Amino acid sequence: MSAILPAFPIRLEKRTDRTPRWVQAATPVGAFLFAFVIVTVILLAGGHNPLQSYNAMLQASVTSTSAISQTLVSATPLLLTGLAAAVAFRMGIWNIGGEGQLYVGAICASGVALAIGAHGIGLALPAMILAAMVGGALWAAIPGLLRAYLNANEILTSLMLNYTAGLLLDWLINDSNSYWRDTSGASAYLVAHGKTIPGSADWPAIGGGNFSVPFGFLVGLVVAALLFVLVRHTWLGYQLRVTADNPGVGRYAGMASKRNFVIVMLLSGAIAAIAGASQVGDFTHILDPTGLQSPQYGYTGIVVAALGRYNPLAVVISALLLGAITNAGINVQSATFPQSLTGVIEGIILFCVLGSEIFSRYRVRVGAEKATVTA
Amino acid sequence: MPSEPDSRVALAAYAVTKRFPGVVANDNVDFEVLSGEVHALLGENGSGKTTLCKMLTGMYQPTAGRIEVDGKPVVLHSPADAHHNGIFMVHQHFSLVERLTVAENVMLGWSLDGSRIRFKRRKAEQEVARLAEQYEMPVDAGKMIGDLSIGERQRVEILKALCRGARVLILDEPTTVLTPQEADRLFASVRGLAKAGNSVIFISHKLHEVLAVSDRVSVLRRGVMTGTVELGDHAAAVDRKELARMMVGREIELGRRQRAARAQEAPAAGLEIKELVVHNDLGILAVDRINLNVAAGEVLGVAGVAGNGQREFAEAIAGVRPRSGGEVCVGGTPVRSGRPLAALAAGMAFVPEDRMGIGLASGIDVAENLVLKSFRTGAFSRGPLIRRGRVVENANALLSGYELRGGPASLVGQLSGGNAQKVLLAREMASQPKVLVIAAPTRGLDVGVTETVRKLIAEAADRGTAVVMISEDLDEVLDLADRVAVMSGGRITGIVDAEGADVEEIGLLMMGQEQAA
Repeated sequence: MSAILPAFPIRLEKRTDRTPRWVQAATPVGAFLFAFVIVTVILLAGGHNPLQSYNAMLQASVTSTSAISQTLVSATPLLLTGLAAAVAFRMGIWNIGGEGQLYVGAICASGVALAIGAHGIGLALPAMILAAMVGGALWAAIPGLLRAYLNANEILTSLMLNYTAGLLLDWLINDSNSYWRDTSGASAYLVAHGKTIPGSADWPAIGGGNFSVPFGFLVGLVVAALLFVLVRHTWLGYQLRVTADNPGVGRYAGMASKRNFVIVMLLSGAIAAIAGASQVGDFTHILDPTGLQSPQYGYTGIVVAALGRYNPLAVVISALLLGAITNAGINVQSATFPQSLTGVIEGIILFCVLGSEIFSRYRVRVGAEKATVTA
Repeated sequence: MPSEPDSRVALAAYAVTKRFPGVVANDNVDFEVLSGEVHALLGENGSGKTTLCKMLTGMYQPTAGRIEVDGKPVVLHSPADAHHNGIFMVHQHFSLVERLTVAENVMLGWSLDGSRIRFKRRKAEQEVARLAEQYEMPVDAGKMIGDLSIGERQRVEILKALCRGARVLILDEPTTVLTPQEADRLFASVRGLAKAGNSVIFISHKLHEVLAVSDRVSVLRRGVMTGTVELGDHAAAVDRKELARMMVGREIELGRRQRAARAQEAPAAGLEIKELVVHNDLGILAVDRINLNVAAGEVLGVAGVAGNGQREFAEAIAGVRPRSGGEVCVGGTPVRSGRPLAALAAGMAFVPEDRMGIGLASGIDVAENLVLKSFRTGAFSRGPLIRRGRVVENANALLSGYELRGGPASLVGQLSGGNAQKVLLAREMASQPKVLVIAAPTRGLDVGVTETVRKLIAEAADRGTAVVMISEDLDEVLDLADRVAVMSGGRITGIVDAEGADVEEIGLLMMGQEQAA
C-alpha cells in the first residue's frame, strides 16, 4: 500500500502558545468579510446586483434611527438566547434546549400577565420575568439532572424537550380551552388564538421619536454584564471555569461538578426563557404558537453564541449583527429576493466564522516539513 | 555490536541515536530481535522505549545508526514502510471501528486479493477465522467490535497485523487494559506466535509478566541500553538478580538527605493506612490490602515499577479516588473515602504524578491555580466576588522563593514542566500540611528544579510533615526517604531502611518476591 496522504506543501501546526489577541480578533472579522465574498458570488449567480442588494440591506438595518430600532427588535430575542447558549457552551455543557426554554418562558410570562397584568406594569413586568425564569430553569433542569445523575446525553434530551415544549404551546392555544386561549367570541373558534394580555402589562420601549429600544434588549444587556461578572469575577464562575478547563482538576480540588452542571443548566434555561417573556411583553402581547416557533430564535441563539465565542460581551455584538441581517432580510425580501436567501447568508457567515476557528488554534505553514516533534 | 551476524535476527537496531531539541531520547542503542522469540523491553517512563519502537515502526527517523530487517539495512520512512517489512505495532489504544464487524475491521484499508472495490465478506471472514484458529485467538469474525470484550478487541488488533503479514509484532503495554485472566490468555497467544516463528517485542512495566512470557529481556535507562539477559528456565535466580541490577543500577551518587537527628521518643502519629483496597478506572483491583504507617517528620519512599498500583494508591490516600476498602487516618483521625475536601481539611496535600492532568488547570492563570484549594476560606472573597488583588498578592507571596518564569497572570499551560511543578508545590506546601503525598516528584524536570523539589520535600519532613513519596527513580527514593516500601502488583512486597539498603534486594521485591518475614 502506498502512503494515503500526499506530501502536501501546506501544513497546520497546533499552536502551543497563547493565541495572540490580534489573531483572536482578526479571525472572525476576516471570516465575516470572506463570507460576503461568497454571498456576492451567490447574489451574482441569482441575477441580483450585489451592490443594490447590500445597499437595500444597509438601509433596512443601520442607516436610519428607525432602521436601527428595527434591528434592535430583531436582535432582542437573539441576544437572550445567545447569552443562554453562551453561558452553557462556555462551560462545556451542550444545552440545545434554548428553543423550548423560550416557549416555556413565553407560556409562564403570558400566564402571569393575564392573571395580574391589570395591576400595573410595576408589578407585572418583574413578575413576568421572574415567572419565565423559573419556568425556563425548571424546563432546563430536566436534561440537567438527567445528565448529572443518570449520565443521559444533554444534547439529545434538551433537543427532544424543544419539540415537547412546541407541542405544549400548540395544545394550549389550538387544542384545548386553556387559560391562555381566547374563547370569548365566535371568531375565536374560527381561528384559534391566545388572549391578549392587559395593556398595562405591555413592556415599555425606551427612546423617543422614531428611535426606540425594546425593554427586553436592555434586560439582555444587563444579563450580559451579570454573566461577564459571574464568569470572570465570582468564585462560582471560577469553579465552573476550572471544571470546564479540566474536569480532572475539578474532581481533585473537590468541586461539586454535578451540582455546578445543574446550576449552569438552570441559568441557561432561565435566560432563554426571558427571551420568551420579552416576545410576549415587548412585541406580540399574546401567546402565539406560530410566531414563537417559526423564527427559531433558540437555535439561532446557538449561532449567535458561537459567533461571539461564548463571551457574554461579544455575544451582544454578534446578536446585533445577526439581528441586522435578519431585519435586512425581512425588509429586502421581494419576489426576486426570497427570505430564504437571508437564511443562506446567515448560514454562510456561521460556516465561515466557525471554520475560521482553525486559524486561531493552528498555525498555517507553507513548505516542507521540519522535524520538530518532541518526545 | 554483535561479533558475528546471527541469521535468526529478524529485526535489529544498531548504534541508533535519536535526538530531540534538548534531549537525547536514545543514545547509541543496540537492539536485536530474533525470529521465534518474545523479547521484553523494560524501562521507566521516559527511558526511551517508545522512541525506540517509533523508529522501528517508521514513525521517527533515527538521528544516527541503522535499522536492519533480516540482516539487510532498511530505511523506514513511514509505518507503511514498516508494514511492508512485516513490522507492526499494537498500541494501548486500539484503532478499531466499533460499528464494524471483526472481519470488516481486519480488512479495513486492505484487501486480500488487491481489489480496491469489492469487499468479499465470506472470504474475509474465513481468513480471519483461519488465523484465529491457527494462533488460538478465538474471536467471532462476524461479530461487531462494540460487542466484544477488551481482551477480544486486542486479539482483533493482533489478527489485523497477522493478516497483513506481520512477522514482528510490537505490543505496547498490552496488559494494562486486561484482567489477569485475559492477560494469561494473551501470554498463551504470544507464546504461540513465537513458536510459529514470529517475533514479539513486549513492552511492559510488570516484571512478573515479563518473566512469565519472555525469552529475553532488554533494559533501557535514560536512553541507554543497559543490557540484555536471557531468561532460561535454569539459573532463574541469577538472571533475576542480574535483571534487578540492570533496572535499578546506581551510577550517579547524588547527595543524600541529611536527616535531622530524631528524638528518641515515639514519633507523633502521621499517616496510617489500614487494609487499603482500591480499584482502577476499569474496575480492576489495583491496590490490594496495603498497611502502612508514616510518622510525622518521616519520608516514606514508595519504590516500584510504574503501573503497579502506585497511582491508585496515591489518589485513594488523597481522597481523589474512592477506596473499595480499608481506612486512612491522619493524626489518628479517619478520613472519609473519595472526598478531596475531607482530605484537605484533615491536612492532606497531594502532588499527583499527572500534574497537568489533575493537578493544574492549564487554561487558567497561575494566580488562580494557586488558590484552587484555599479559595473557600474567604480570604480572597468579597461576598461571592473574587478579590483579584488578594489572589495576586497570594501568588506573589507563595512564589517569592521559586524563581518562576512568568508572573501570576500567565496561563499555567504556557509554563514549562519545571515551572508548573513549582506552582503545584507552592500551592500544596502553602497549607503547612500534616501529610504530603507526592508522586513522581521530579519526573521530566531539569537538574535545577529537581534540586529545589528535593529540598522542599526535605524541609517539609523537617517541619513535621509525614511524607509519602512515590517514585520510579530508586536513586531519588534512596536519597530522600527514611524507609522504602516496595510496591508490586498492588501490594507492598517489603519495607527496608533507606540507610544501607541492598539495591539487589529492592530489585527482587520490585519483581514481586515477598520479603521474608
